[in-house]
Amino acid sequence: MNKARTNPLNTTAMHGALILYTLIALFPVFVIIINSFKTRRAIFREPLALPDADSFSLIGYQTVMKQGDFFLYFQNSMIVTVVSLTFILLFGAMAAFALSEYRFKGNLIMGLYLALGIMIPIRIGTVAILEMMVATGLVNTLWALILVYTAQGLPLAVFILSEFMRQVSDDLKDAGRVDGLSEYTIFFRLVLPLVRPAMATVAVFNMIPIWNDLWFPLILAPAEETKTLTLGSQVFIGQFVTDWNAVLSALSMAILPVLVLYVIFSRQLIRGLTSGAVK
Amino acid sequence: MQTRRIRWHIAVFLAPAVLVYTAVMIFPLFNTLRLALFTEVDQTRVYVGLQNFRTLFFDPIWSEQFWNALGNNFWFFLIHMLVQNPIGVALAAILSHPRLRFAALYRSAIFIPTILSFVIVGFTWKLILSPLWGIAPSMLDAVGLKSLFAPWLGKEEYALTTLALVSVWQFVGIPMMLIYAALLSIPEEILEAGEIDGITGASAFWKIKLPLILPSIGIISILTFVGNFNAFDLIYVSQGALAGPDFSTDILGTFMYRTFFGFQLQLGDPRMGSAIAGAMFAIILVGVCIYLFGIQTRIRRYQL
Repeated sequence: MNKARTNPLNTTAMHGALILYTLIALFPVFVIIINSFKTRRAIFREPLALPDADSFSLIGYQTVMKQGDFFLYFQNSMIVTVVSLTFILLFGAMAAFALSEYRFKGNLIMGLYLALGIMIPIRIGTVAILEMMVATGLVNTLWALILVYTAQGLPLAVFILSEFMRQVSDDLKDAGRVDGLSEYTIFFRLVLPLVRPAMATVAVFNMIPIWNDLWFPLILAPAEETKTLTLGSQVFIGQFVTDWNAVLSALSMAILPVLVLYVIFSRQLIRGLTSGAVK
Repeated sequence: MQTRRIRWHIAVFLAPAVLVYTAVMIFPLFNTLRLALFTEVDQTRVYVGLQNFRTLFFDPIWSEQFWNALGNNFWFFLIHMLVQNPIGVALAAILSHPRLRFAALYRSAIFIPTILSFVIVGFTWKLILSPLWGIAPSMLDAVGLKSLFAPWLGKEEYALTTLALVSVWQFVGIPMMLIYAALLSIPEEILEAGEIDGITGASAFWKIKLPLILPSIGIISILTFVGNFNAFDLIYVSQGALAGPDFSTDILGTFMYRTFFGFQLQLGDPRMGSAIAGAMFAIILVGVCIYLFGIQTRIRRYQL
């Protein structure tokens, strides 16, 4: 490589800039987490100090455990996210297969119709969605959220998956047909396993927005027994504004599951984002 | 030979996706736009044509709020374009440098705020900027700038900009990743050819890489636009449905929520809520069309 590109001064400057921005990105999260383990007095006296033997306290976590039903909220978020992702992947892959595999009248139009939703946010239809959920009695059930998130995730899923399915070799599918496999078997047995990496990308893209959404839980399922973790922590923190220990602990508890998910899936997510799946 | 029989499996493959998508997304979207054309008199629906929109744009009670929210929304978008996207491009440019050590580590760390929910981000920054806790003032004090501190979220003139910057902090990871991907896809031969002609370092970025990643910058701009004009959560979490102080942080999303659901003493009004949704739809549609027909087709693409 050329000398000009590996100038030590440049390298230092680059690391300096990156370290500075990394600090900006992580500092707020760090401050919240360390302070959640401190006594109220230590939180105010030395907000930037790490908890030590003197200032260590779990009082905030105890309040959260006693007052909020975080386990239920977590469970609701889990159900909504997992079921929505399953539907998005299954329905999305099926539709993508139909669009990429068969030539039929209306193929192009159907593709464009499904792609409309990539750019138009589903929130615009909220008024009518709420009316519909009230009319069908789905309001304040997790199904309302699952249906909305499935509809929201499908357009991009179909788009990405059909790009990938076009790359699956025709010879393989035709060999299956010669062997007398039905179209369904070809899809589930031959094609689906081959597009697994693309499915993982779609899943990771959809997981974070669904888990973090506040708008639809607030409007469609605000009842105590259907609150998601995001809505639950919003309401909880809103009620405990003056109890700093509880607020900091609730925030830390909300950060934790997302961080765990991120650590597990970050490779997949970054590979998906950088493989040009969204271009 | 196969005769022209109906291939049912195609319908079976398409049906679930098309049904859910149509019933839960497309149909409510049009239904919302239709609802905007009605009003309620004595509990019956009355068709009033574009009256609701006239009220929204020209009736002083509504229009003042609407134009305020729209203006704030444009300012919100502008800050993202001027701060978030340049920082994202700069970070990506540094990260894509060959032989940079720890690149993956930096990348993952900088992306962390993007995965946090608005609830976490909103409250976290509210606490940090709070004059009660004093983290922000004492940090400014450490660099001798304490006089600059103000309770930014509580001041009408700063609150919106502060929230926009918080949102930038949260989402800078997305342009960073997309531009990073675009930069990696530039073939090494092109850069080496530039080097032979004496174009290295910063000038290589401006003269060779930047023109090549313009399409990605276009995509990021439209994603930012759609995201910003549909934003709600961050403002709601940190300033509440009233988007205070004195509506200075009100954007279309919070305005629609307040109108639709009502707040404090005002009753919710689904028809006017639908009218606001209609306006948002039009704005997003215009933005997407400008991108698709005005920008995307004109950006020069290079065959790599």
